[in-house]
Amino acid sequence: MTNTALKYTKAHEVVRVEDGDVAVLGITEYAQDALGDIVFVELPDVGATFSKGDDFAVVESVKTAAEVYTPVSGEIVAVNDRLSDEPEAIKISYEEGWIAKIKMSSSDELEELMDKDAYDKYISELD
Amino acid sequence: MAAERNIEQAGKMKQSLDSEGRGLQYEENLLWEKKRNDEPAVDLEPLRHIPLRTGQDERGNIGLPQVSEPQVVRHFVRLSTWNYSIDHGFFPLGSCTMKHNPRINEKLARLPGLAHIHPFQPEQTVQGALELMYNLQNYLAELTALPAVCLSPAAGAHGELAGMMTIRRAHEAKGNTQKKIVLIPDSAHGTNPATAVMCGYDVRTISTKETGRLTVAAFKEALTMTDPNGADIAGMMVTNPNTCGLFETEILDIADLLHEAGGYFYCDGANFNALVGKIRPGDFGVDVMHINLHKTFSTPHGGGGPGSGPICVTEELAPYQPVPVVVKIAGGYHLQTQDDQPESLGKMRGFHGQFGMHIRALSYMLSHGSDGLQEVAEGAVLNANYILSQLQDVYHVPYEGPCMHECMITDKLQKGESKEDDVTTLDIAKTLTEYGFHPMTVYFPLVLPGTMLIEPTETESKDSIDRFIGVMRHVADEVKAGNTDQFHEFPLSTPRRRLDEVKAARQPVLRWSEDMAQL
Repeated sequence: MTNTALKYTKAHEVVRVEDGDVAVLGITEYAQDALGDIVFVELPDVGATFSKGDDFAVVESVKTAAEVYTPVSGEIVAVNDRLSDEPEAIKISYEEGWIAKIKMSSSDELEELMDKDAYDKYISELD
Repeated sequence: MAAERNIEQAGKMKQSLDSEGRGLQYEENLLWEKKRNDEPAVDLEPLRHIPLRTGQDERGNIGLPQVSEPQVVRHFVRLSTWNYSIDHGFFPLGSCTMKHNPRINEKLARLPGLAHIHPFQPEQTVQGALELMYNLQNYLAELTALPAVCLSPAAGAHGELAGMMTIRRAHEAKGNTQKKIVLIPDSAHGTNPATAVMCGYDVRTISTKETGRLTVAAFKEALTMTDPNGADIAGMMVTNPNTCGLFETEILDIADLLHEAGGYFYCDGANFNALVGKIRPGDFGVDVMHINLHKTFSTPHGGGGPGSGPICVTEELAPYQPVPVVVKIAGGYHLQTQDDQPESLGKMRGFHGQFGMHIRALSYMLSHGSDGLQEVAEGAVLNANYILSQLQDVYHVPYEGPCMHECMITDKLQKGESKEDDVTTLDIAKTLTEYGFHPMTVYFPLVLPGTMLIEPTETESKDSIDRFIGVMRHVADEVKAGNTDQFHEFPLSTPRRRLDEVKAARQPVLRWSEDMAQL
């Protein structure tokens, strides 16, 4: 799967759809750069349900603690346990550093997200 | 044999000299790492033998370091030379108001009649102390236009908690169970949302990114997001001036809208130094506010002493605030208890707060007078604007001035061609320590990347402010000329250079153990 299939949010989350209705959630490279060295990731519980816009995880860096919002509603079906012991792994790559997988209750919500080009344009206009 | 012993002895001496450092620069060990032996360093009577209740009869060595009084005194004096305080130099930490602590405050706090009383003394024997607290309450009420004052909260965040618990108590008393959300702008201190959550509320963020200020439009959007009348809004927590150092110019209209929706306005008093004596928060719609005596009213803080965070509330909320409150009764003063104030949320602290800080704050108020307190705010705002005016051509100023008592800049103009060439906010802060200044607040507020928040306070001379500006301009000039490497290395002359903050956060070592001495 290429990067162009990823979907992005204005709050710098990134989403990849897997197996039809499961979305893999992470944070973008821009967010990782802005945060600096990541020292802790608070993961959600498997089975927890979230609505679009809820914060489902916290990423803590030496500068700040940032909440991560889910762009889609649903139930958490898996979390990346590796991040508990090795929070810096979030930076390796999106494939390794994903945070959680969520079973979407409505895939329509994906329509509102940006594609790679739109997101690149969006971050180029920031600050 | 004797000669060998002497050589061995001399070798040990040399070793110990090296470990203690040379000149007046000391490498100071922990007390636990000081030489220990079985001989106590202090002569005490042998312990009387008392069998333990557990039936065990042996008492072993609990391993306290055996150090004598002079060793302990030297230990702490040496450590104190590693510290940096407002008594050493300029300390422009934004939103912290690190102003000079006038020594007259200390003189008065040490008067034996005030310093040696005890909280358990009967009320009639401490009438003078109660009168002092009563007067302080009244002055705070006068300065805030919020008539009911409770002095007991121990510090700023504790005051916030007391204030928000007062609001919750009022909603409970009115049966407002549908009010579950507290509105907080994105420039807020982190303690604001933490406090709201501790009080059982959900937090909704109001964006201020566009202009650095709250707008009626953004507020309305947040107010009515889930209910057209804002019926689910319990209140709002706002710092004014905010953490970008800007006065909230639309606050009157926002407060009206909030009150129409039945919410209460909590004002974080962290930045009261910009307003004291000039305008009164009660007049711009505030219902509850905490005051940091240790900021605005010059009581020591930042490692120099305990904070103190009284809250001031409206008449309407007065019945719900914590006890005790000092009241005047026939023939004297009285500390109210829950019996006197049945609707109060109760005690939040043993006794009545940091009395030593109450003395200092009152001393500060009385020695300044009402005209002097106005000059405090004027001087604080003038100094911050002077810094802003001298830095705005070389640093990025995201929100145009004039500012209030602190100014905000970012490191956006210090970006290099590649990431390695960037001179970041952290590099600038470390450079300031090399030049003998305490850094400003860095990476806060969170509204923008790389923020620096500079609060000079009114107590700095033009000379010290000019030296600070000189270093800041020097950094900007050097970066512009491409000489960036040095700034990644600073500080060079401090007892410790750059610490590994990432390792400290990922693998914190919180307890000392014997084998660590070898590290």
